[in-house]
Amino acid sequence: MTTRHAAIVGIGATEFSKASGRSELQLAAECAKAACDDAGISPKDIDGMVTFTIDNSDEISLGRCLGVKDLAYTARIPGGGAGAAATLFHAMAMIDAGVCENVLVWRAMNERSQYRFGQASANMSSATGGHSTGSLLWCIPFGAMTPGTWGALSARPYMEKYGVTNRDFGLLSVQQRKYAATNPKAWFYNKPITLDDHQNSRWIVEPVLRLLDCCQESDGGVAILVTSLERARDLKQPPVRILGATQSIPRHVEVIANYYHDDLTMMPEAAGTAKRLWRQTGLKPEDIQAAMFYDAFTPQVFVQLEAFGFCKRGEAKDFIADGQIDIGGKLPINTHGGLSGEAYIHGMNTMAEGVRQVRGTAVNQVRNVRNVLVSSGMAGAILARA
Amino acid sequence: MSTPDEAVPVVPAAPKPMRLAPLMTLDAKFFWDAADREEFVGQQCGDCDRHRFPPAPMCPDCNSLNTLVVPLSGRGTVVSWIKPIHPPALGFKEPPTVALIELEEGTRFVSNVVGIPFEQVTLNMAVEVCFEETMGNHKVPVFRPSK
Repeated sequence: MTTRHAAIVGIGATEFSKASGRSELQLAAECAKAACDDAGISPKDIDGMVTFTIDNSDEISLGRCLGVKDLAYTARIPGGGAGAAATLFHAMAMIDAGVCENVLVWRAMNERSQYRFGQASANMSSATGGHSTGSLLWCIPFGAMTPGTWGALSARPYMEKYGVTNRDFGLLSVQQRKYAATNPKAWFYNKPITLDDHQNSRWIVEPVLRLLDCCQESDGGVAILVTSLERARDLKQPPVRILGATQSIPRHVEVIANYYHDDLTMMPEAAGTAKRLWRQTGLKPEDIQAAMFYDAFTPQVFVQLEAFGFCKRGEAKDFIADGQIDIGGKLPINTHGGLSGEAYIHGMNTMAEGVRQVRGTAVNQVRNVRNVLVSSGMAGAILARA
Repeated sequence: MSTPDEAVPVVPAAPKPMRLAPLMTLDAKFFWDAADREEFVGQQCGDCDRHRFPPAPMCPDCNSLNTLVVPLSGRGTVVSWIKPIHPPALGFKEPPTVALIELEEGTRFVSNVVGIPFEQVTLNMAVEVCFEETMGNHKVPVFRPSK
C-alpha cells in the first residue's frame, strides 16, 4: 500500500517567444533551474527525469548542465502534446513507489525559430512509427500533411453530428484570448479578440479551423519539479498534491490522425483518462473548480469537456456560449490563455497554470480552488491543495 | 517533307504528377505495390476473417500472424471531409478534398474525393475507388462519386 504521496513543489519557465536566440538545451537548463529555485531544491539532487519522446535535449546533457549527481530513473512519454500529462503520471508513480526523491519534468523547444510543427515538410520520415504516431503516413499523399489537417479531419464528424460550427469554436478562442490579455507572460498579452476577429481570420482548413482556432508556434521551455508530500511541506512553496494521474490509449486510437476507433464523434482517450482519474481520486466533475485542457486546436477542448462529463455530449458549445468557462462560470478553463493565447510549449505551460491555480497565484485566479484537472487528452492529472 | 506552312500540331506533354509518393514501410509495401497496378487491397486475418487497417503484421482480434491480402470492393461512404487552405497542400495546384472513407469491409481509409466540387460533397455520400498518379511513378487510391 502506498504511504507516500507525490506533490508538485516547483514550476519554472523561460520567456515565451518566436525566436529564443539560444539552444533548446539551454532553454531546458534554464527552465529546470527555475523550477528547482522555485522549490528550493538543488538541481544536483534531481534523481528522476521525464520528458517527451520528441524532445531534442537528452537526459545526460541536461543532467550535466544541472550537475545532477546520480540519475535513478528516466522516461519519455509518447503521443506528443496529447500525452503531456503522462509526464506527471511517471513522476507521481516514481515518487509514490519510493524510487525517486526529486523528479524533473521538462519540455523545451525552438518550435517557431528552428522548425515549425504547423508546416508541411517534404521529408515525412518523421511521420512513421516511433517518431510520432503510427498512421500519419496514410495521410501524406492525399494533401493532409499538417497537424491542422489531421485534427480537422478528426473534428468534422463531431461537428456534423451535433451541428457545431466554426463560430462555436470561436467563442472558446475569444475566451482564451481574454485570459491571455491579462497574463503578462502570454504572447498575446493585452491583445484580446472579438468573435468578428475570429470569424474574419483566414481559413486554415475549411470548414473546421480558422487561424484563431490554432495554437501558436512558440520557442520556450517549461519544467515541473515533483517530490514527496512529506518533503514538500518543508520547501518554499505551498505543496500541490498530485491526487491522481493517468494515461489512456484505447484500442484503435491514434495521436492526432484519429480515424479508426468506433465512434468518431467523441474522444475515447479522454473518456478513458476521465474514467481512471475519477476512479483513482473518488472525485466527480462537480468537485473540480478549474480545468486546463490541451488545445492545439479549439475542437479538442469541446470533446474533452464532454469526455470528462462537465457537460453532455454535443453540449460543449452551449456550455461555452453560456459563459461557463469564464472566470465566474462553473468551470473556468485555460486561464493562462491556453496554447493559442499564452504559448505552445506542448501543453507543459498549461499544466504549470494548473499548479498556479491550486497555489492561488494565477493572474486570472479562480476563487476557492481545491482541485484542478489538467488533461492533455491521452493523459490527465488532478492537482489539489495539500 | 513538311514546309513552314504545314506545321505539325504540337501535342503538349502530359503534366508530370505533382502528388507526393506514398511512404513505403515493410508492413504496407503490399498495399502500395497493388495500388501501382490499380488494385485496391486490404488485409484480412487468415484465421478469424476480420479486415484490418492500417496494415499491421498481427491480427488485433485473435493475434494471428496468418494474414491474407484480399481485393476490396472499392466502395464506401464519406464520413469526414475537409479542404486544407493554409499552408497549401504539397503536391496539389488547387486545395484537394481530403476525406475519410468508410469502406464496405468496415475499415476506414484517408484519401481524396475527386470529380466533384468540395461544396457538393455530403455526409455518407457513396463513393468508389479510382487511382491517381504520384511522383516517382506510383499510384494512390482516391475516390469519386459512385455511378
